[in-house]
Amino acid sequence: MAKREVDDVSGVETTGHEWDGIRELDNPLPRWWVLVFYATIVWAVVYWVAMPAWPLWNSYTTGLRGHSDRANVASELTGLQTARAPMFTQLDATPLAQVGSNADLMQFTMEAGKAVFNDNCSTCHGAGGQGAKGYPSLVDDVWLWDGTVDGIHATLQHGIRSGKDEARFSMMPAYGRDGMLQAAQISDLTEFVWSLSHTQDVNRAAATRGAELFATNCVSCHGADGKGDPTFGAPNLTDAEWLYGPTKADISGQIYEGRGGVMPAFGDRLSPSQVRAVAVYVHSLGGGT
Amino acid sequence: MLLKNHGVFERHTMVLVAGILVVISIGGLIEIAPLFKIDSTIEEVDGVRPYTPLELVGRNVYIREGCYTCHSQMIRPLRDEVERYGHYSLAAESMYDRPFQWGSKRTGPDLARVGGKYSDAWQVQHLRDPRSVVPESIMPPYAFLADNEVDTRHIDKHLLANARLGVPYTEASIENAARDLLAQADPMGDTAGVEERYGADVNIRDFDGDPKRVTEMDALVAYLQVLGTMVDFSTYEPEKAENLR
Repeated sequence: MAKREVDDVSGVETTGHEWDGIRELDNPLPRWWVLVFYATIVWAVVYWVAMPAWPLWNSYTTGLRGHSDRANVASELTGLQTARAPMFTQLDATPLAQVGSNADLMQFTMEAGKAVFNDNCSTCHGAGGQGAKGYPSLVDDVWLWDGTVDGIHATLQHGIRSGKDEARFSMMPAYGRDGMLQAAQISDLTEFVWSLSHTQDVNRAAATRGAELFATNCVSCHGADGKGDPTFGAPNLTDAEWLYGPTKADISGQIYEGRGGVMPAFGDRLSPSQVRAVAVYVHSLGGGT
Repeated sequence: MLLKNHGVFERHTMVLVAGILVVISIGGLIEIAPLFKIDSTIEEVDGVRPYTPLELVGRNVYIREGCYTCHSQMIRPLRDEVERYGHYSLAAESMYDRPFQWGSKRTGPDLARVGGKYSDAWQVQHLRDPRSVVPESIMPPYAFLADNEVDTRHIDKHLLANARLGVPYTEASIENAARDLLAQADPMGDTAGVEERYGADVNIRDFDGDPKRVTEMDALVAYLQVLGTMVDFSTYEPEKAENLR
């Protein structure tokens, strides 16, 4: 240790270090700082005793407060359920088609349904349910599958081609990829399907040839008049709504590939009441059928 | 007294190094060592299995592409998180993760229970061009994954490395790793082995919509579709004393 010396001006002891004639005063730490420091040590000890803290060989100290994050969240969720229970009980007891006749219940159901929709449905069907290529619009009155509120509920519960036994299922053949139709035939068929909803830009000769192909390949699902069948999720081909795009190239692409979208089953992910709420919400978007 | 004599540490580097080592190893011993012994941290649940080879490749892609820098896989036991994402994550759900992907930053949403929430087609489209389905997304596109065929040559080594770290892969799993990998993405193929080794609930299908080959897109989507779906919550009692934390 360097010898102690006291600074003449301040009367404070120095550390004994000297650099270029500058010496360092050995002032104590501010008292408030030291007290706060000791208080944190005391707080740590209190925490060890009160809260889960120290690991032991085979377990850990659980603390005197019996604190448990999981118990806390469970009781918070119970509180949430209790607060919502009166309305949800009412929703569960009301047939879906009649929810709209009770203004209070309808308002609650719409809010609940919207919250569920925004988190689970909007990523595919769009924030307003407007849909996108491959994901049906929910805001119009065109429904691939049953568009009644109960039908929508069944779709939500089990999904479409979701792999569940009760799921809605149908499969359009990939006429081109699997070699069931030749390129020229697909072109003729496209022309016929196009002619169902258009009077302009139709190659009549090709459409006539296509009509025969349609009769042998397509009518069992899409119907003789091409108006579709919601039992098979077969779209109406005579209107202006196209799931995979409205151009001739889109139509022939779909005949070639035979795509069919998958919608997950939400019965496992959401509570029964939530599924009911979102069914009513979705039905309200486009009026359903 | 030590407070007065700290000059010893300040003047001798080796003493300082030894002091630092002692302090850090006390912390390490107390925080880390018991975790090798405490078995009560992992809940007893039904359904959690090791990843299939295809899912494991997807997980490697997930790590390689740094998905964890923006996505967590940890639903914390907080009311709002449970409301949005589902049941809070259990330790048992990541017990076969080497290393776990809990993450610490959510630029994108938590993915702990994303399995089954969207269709495969949506996942593929979203990975190819995120803004085509989520206009406000800032996620970069990963379209190139669909062009990278999965390299099956070393998959058995990946399983073996995991097995050495304690993941219960059987010898048959390791031996058939490459075959199982290809079979899981081909519903027309020989899938009996996959189901026998990984259970009947394994997702077996062509994930990326390209049945001709097995790509990293297949693998990543297979991995995403299994996240958070393994635990059988019908047999799990979250409020039993040994499950509370």
